[in-house]
Amino acid sequence: MIEIKNITKSFKDKKVLHGISGKFEKGKTNLIIGASGTGKSVLLKCLVGLLSPDKGKVLFDGRNFTESDKKITTQIRREIGMLFQGSALFDSKNVEENIKFPLDILTEISEKEKIEKVNHCLNLVGLDKVNQKMPSELSGGMKKRVGIARAIVNDSKYLFCDEPNSGLDPLTAIKIDDLILELTQKLKTTTIVVTHDMNSVIEIGEYIMFLHNGKKLWEGDNKKILKTKIKELNSFIFSNKLMKKIK
Amino acid sequence: MKNFGKYILFLISLFERREKLKTYFSLTINECIKIGYDSLFIVSIVSIFMGAVTTIQTAFNLVGPLIPDYVISLVVRDMTLLELSPTIIAIVFAGKVGSNIAGELGTMRITEQIDALEVMGVNSSSYLVLPKIIAALLMFPILVVISATLAIFGGYTAGVFTDVITGQEYIYGLRYEFNPFNIPFALIKSYVFAFIVASISSFQGYYTSGGALEVGKSSTNAVTNSCIAILVADYILAQILL
Repeated sequence: MIEIKNITKSFKDKKVLHGISGKFEKGKTNLIIGASGTGKSVLLKCLVGLLSPDKGKVLFDGRNFTESDKKITTQIRREIGMLFQGSALFDSKNVEENIKFPLDILTEISEKEKIEKVNHCLNLVGLDKVNQKMPSELSGGMKKRVGIARAIVNDSKYLFCDEPNSGLDPLTAIKIDDLILELTQKLKTTTIVVTHDMNSVIEIGEYIMFLHNGKKLWEGDNKKILKTKIKELNSFIFSNKLMKKIK
Repeated sequence: MKNFGKYILFLISLFERREKLKTYFSLTINECIKIGYDSLFIVSIVSIFMGAVTTIQTAFNLVGPLIPDYVISLVVRDMTLLELSPTIIAIVFAGKVGSNIAGELGTMRITEQIDALEVMGVNSSSYLVLPKIIAALLMFPILVVISATLAIFGGYTAGVFTDVITGQEYIYGLRYEFNPFNIPFALIKSYVFAFIVASISSFQGYYTSGGALEVGKSSTNAVTNSCIAILVADYILAQILL
């Protein structure tokens, strides 16, 4: 479980996050949603340690990530897997080397075991015969899948996904959502997904935190969200015609 | 001053939370190929012509009835060892390797590849930059030695083919009153310049923020700042060591 307590973050005079708290449970897909510029990505960066919050705590199964010494934070980081918005695959490495990278750096297992793990992860994300391909040879959806495979290869306890559906066609986006949900349940990871894709919200939102202007305005699940009476959340959910029709 | 402080902190960060040594070994070998071997062609071309032009121009400006011909090769030798090979090749090196390092790291930064390393618990600056600096320190002195050899050879070829100097006189001039300290001096300069180019270019690339435009700016800044630092260091080293 990941718990955040009173996370506050400012850039110069601009306060981006206003004391955000919440609990993201193990084995669930936890969503952070909100319009662009509401602080979702900043919150995610605070969670994974790419930014330090000005105030507040991030607890990974009770271990304080924000105030611990470097040994503990490094240990926690090595239990984190992250899918980046643009996949962030290493251009100079092929698919196999990209996925194998965390194992090369963080483990002492044999090369044979590494390759087995890589193939197992590729199998989990529904890819095969792409081991020797370079990232530039892959489609957007394939890159995301390889990104997910890299994120889970080291048996990560915590899986973070930053806008996993951005730039994908609706069909591939749904496949990626299903994959995240399936992996979370199968591997029992604590998964946090930052998104503004309503399809994801409805499909995989087992816990949803809604941010508006850097503040947490609502939390709940995908069943409750459609019945909310909060004006800002309503205008976010039903901003497109299809959702209005569904309503 | 703020940037200089940031640069010093960046250099310190290279030695924090290092990975296993064998990780650096393969990375350094790859960088040696990119930084050293891939620069060989441009260094060779520049060096041969540098030596040839120095010979022709020295002959044109210096030689008179009272000055012996071997002075031409003596000038070529000393200019090549003291200044041309370490400094001019360092500037070429900054243009080729420096811009490449800054562009590569800048692109990695804006495409979140550096963030990906950090999230995995890898010290990205140490993992990405340290092998480049070590490779530059290993390869650039070799490039300078090759450059000096080729420049002297280029001077010989140009001198003999244009009948400015005979081969015998050229070789006599090369050996005449040779100061052996010129070689360690050239090598000391090459180590300093290699460190300057690799570290400044890495710093510029590593702290890129924005998009493609900023990557271009980082590459330009890497070359500009490296060239200025090379010239300042060149003056300081000459003042201290000669």
